[in-house]
Amino acid sequence: MNMIVTPASPATPNDTSSMPNGTTRPQVRIVIVGHVDHGKSTLVGRLLHETGSLPDGKLEMLKAVSARRGMPFEWSFLLDALQTERDQGITIDTTQIRFRTNSRDIVLIDAPGHAEFLRNMITGASQADGAVLIIDALEGVRDQTRRHGYLLHLLGVKQVAVVVNKMDRVDFSADRFKEISEEISAHLNGLGVTPAAIIPISARDGDGVAERTDRIGWYKGPTVVEALDGLEPARPLEALALRLPVQAIYKFDDRRIVAGRIESGSLIAGDEIVIMPAGKIARIKTVESWPVTPIAGRQGAGRSVGITLDRELFIERGDIIAHTDTAPRETRRLRARIFWLHDKPLAKGDQLLVRCGPKESRATVVAIEKAVDPGELSSIENKAIGRNHVGEIDISLSNPIATDPYTENPRTGRLVIEVSGRIAGGGLVLSVDAGQRAVPVDIVPVESALRPDERSARYQHNGAVVWLTGLPASGKSTLAKALERRLFTNGGSPILLDGDTLRAGLNGDLGFSAADRSENIRRLAEVATHLARNGHIAIVAAVSPAREDRATARRIADAAFREIHVATPAEICEERDPKGHYKKARAGALASFTGIGNDYERPEAAELVIDTSTRTVADAADEIEQMLKTTGVLFDEVVDLAANI
Amino acid sequence: MHLLRTDSGADGRDLRAPASEQIPVALTAPSMDHLDQLEAQSIYIFREAFARLKKIALLWSLGKDSNVMIWLARKAFFGRLPFPALHVDTGKKFPEMYRFRDHYGKQWELDLRVEPCPPIDAVDPTLPPAARSAARKTEGLKMALAKYGFDGLIAGIRRDEEATRAKERVFSPRGLEGNWDVRDQPPEFWDHFNASPPQGAHLRIHPILHWTEADIWAYTKRENIPIIPLYLSHNGKRYRSLGDQDITNPVASSASNIDEILAELEQTKVPERAGRALDHETEDAFERLRVAGYL
Repeated sequence: MNMIVTPASPATPNDTSSMPNGTTRPQVRIVIVGHVDHGKSTLVGRLLHETGSLPDGKLEMLKAVSARRGMPFEWSFLLDALQTERDQGITIDTTQIRFRTNSRDIVLIDAPGHAEFLRNMITGASQADGAVLIIDALEGVRDQTRRHGYLLHLLGVKQVAVVVNKMDRVDFSADRFKEISEEISAHLNGLGVTPAAIIPISARDGDGVAERTDRIGWYKGPTVVEALDGLEPARPLEALALRLPVQAIYKFDDRRIVAGRIESGSLIAGDEIVIMPAGKIARIKTVESWPVTPIAGRQGAGRSVGITLDRELFIERGDIIAHTDTAPRETRRLRARIFWLHDKPLAKGDQLLVRCGPKESRATVVAIEKAVDPGELSSIENKAIGRNHVGEIDISLSNPIATDPYTENPRTGRLVIEVSGRIAGGGLVLSVDAGQRAVPVDIVPVESALRPDERSARYQHNGAVVWLTGLPASGKSTLAKALERRLFTNGGSPILLDGDTLRAGLNGDLGFSAADRSENIRRLAEVATHLARNGHIAIVAAVSPAREDRATARRIADAAFREIHVATPAEICEERDPKGHYKKARAGALASFTGIGNDYERPEAAELVIDTSTRTVADAADEIEQMLKTTGVLFDEVVDLAANI
Repeated sequence: MHLLRTDSGADGRDLRAPASEQIPVALTAPSMDHLDQLEAQSIYIFREAFARLKKIALLWSLGKDSNVMIWLARKAFFGRLPFPALHVDTGKKFPEMYRFRDHYGKQWELDLRVEPCPPIDAVDPTLPPAARSAARKTEGLKMALAKYGFDGLIAGIRRDEEATRAKERVFSPRGLEGNWDVRDQPPEFWDHFNASPPQGAHLRIHPILHWTEADIWAYTKRENIPIIPLYLSHNGKRYRSLGDQDITNPVASSASNIDEILAELEQTKVPERAGRALDHETEDAFERLRVAGYL
């Protein structure tokens, strides 16, 4: 393996730390990852020793401790400073240690390899500019090796050096090294990660760490220290479009300061900006600071700033400030590639809290597109994403958020998922579906004077679209009315939208062709969604036989959609026939009647299925009420997915 | 030492709102040096803590680290500390420290709350003497927590101080007894913090966790933040870290100003807390204290 590491470039002002002695050296944060017991802590201990970074007496002290305990000294003791760790024999958390190579200040983050502590590995690796992936030459690539490789990709760590450790255990075999090199290269390349170097070492004896010893004479590439010397610090994202997520609005004095950190791009007083997702436009009046204010210069990515605007606008935490010509997309639905850390697998229909920077939104998992264990060689696709597994999911959000695909902006294109107030997963935004809801720039909808939480506080429920689908005479309208009465009695705000009633006015121009039926459903969904957005529970009773049309309705109403299949058997519906439609249809007097043909497409994943022939109206209404509670529409019971991660 | 600062305007106070025709002058922003990056990160953490928690306070130990913290908080909140500064007082600090507290508490317009610690008898007698003495502070802190009902305490610990502290999170949950469970820390990444402590428990927030001792001094100098003179050499000795008088010892040093301190730190391999008695008593004294809620 002949790997060439970029020689350390001369320090540029952009990526240097100013050292007390006046010299400038780039600071690079490195994480060491890999399978448990492949030698991470040993490598760290050895690196500290080789670079002369140990405090005076530390080595001697630990050697004395080992002797006192009757154990042979191990390099990893240097890191395992916690007694609890030594007792258990594994590193349980991220330790940060600093040392220097020729041209770099290295901050070393040691991440645990034990699968149990993947959350700690992620915590460590997420802070790194580069990574060292360590593999035991004897054991070769293991599941945690692959899993960590995959997570480096998900966390956006692109500079990866691979070290094949314990070469002394395989007699420094070049063939064994080549075999492992090829396997790990193939895995990483498949993830779009190209290793910067693959290095044979013995961390215990020192080969390959700071020098190429005779025992690895066949290896011509860099040592570990040289490879670390070649890693580049993270660069600010100033070249990208401006993204200033709003952390808070302060009004300590007569200034109204919008505070946040510039995640990408830059800004200066006078810039015309847009506040997303609302789309309101303003101009930056001043950039405020302390002790000197205001400041006139341009402010770039990475700065925590405060700005004032030239007009009073309603802005809230989580909004994103961008330039008008490069605004992020507003969406209620996105696809993400995520890793999952929670005990309970993530499944379709789960209710979550999603955080995108300071913005938070309740969300529902609409679909699980992929769910795999990245540690396994042949991944089996699952329906749910298990603990420490990864997957791709579609999420629908109860509040619109402004975001970017991660390929366009690595800072704003990522999110974390919280369950019961604790971070349970995270990932990258693959795509945002602005869909039909994209608002053309020249249309400026007037916003409601009321906030959603004002309404929900009064009604004790969130807005929703309760969609009753089923054969004619299956009992949809009866149930709809019973539910309307029930909700209203409890202080809620239900509104009944009956398909036939709307055909009398709004949909009076529509007939019964397939296209007209689709348009009929779309309009019903739009009206219902508008009501739901304004806090009401829209109860829609419509045959809506086409699965495709109902999917459209779900897409429009998104997280607010609750589908109820009124699944009364066809023969009972025909027997009831209160409007005489079945009779007419049988007589051939009613064209395009759903019911007696096979043209009703049954829902496959309705939130609730009710057969009105086997229960009373009151019982059915109870069931609907219960479903609305457990899916977070009615407030009675708090949905608690699980208590622990 | 003067660090790279190219953002003009920081010294030239311009109170006029810039007219739009002046704008296209600066096309790129001045680059951020190491201290700028640390500062921006700390400000971000302060603002997150203030936004996401209901009732927070900053633990002011009067030392160099917590003075830098107060400075950073005033940057985050445009000149003020919008929550109390809590001094858990063992009554055994150096006189210079009390003078410093009384003077700057007023000058910085802090909402200063001084909370005394209980007598030594109230503390776990199995701890070694210095650890036991320092643990008084833990008890004092618990009493202050109970008194005010804070759900977040901002503390000035740094990862480079001590191996145990290296394992800390930025938002670090404490149990109902104020204890720290190192085994069960939630994941924390991409500056997303776990800010929902269980009912009755609280969070520690660590805005300068990622700073080093040298960073603190370089920033103190750059920003001209006042310090207690005990940090500077007097008769060939100075304090690197300030705790209670009876459990803190000075180190041999001739550094009489910040530049000399920085030059000394370049060379030294002696740990910062070498002068703190409690760190050396037993291997696990520090962790035991930490688990019990010591800072």
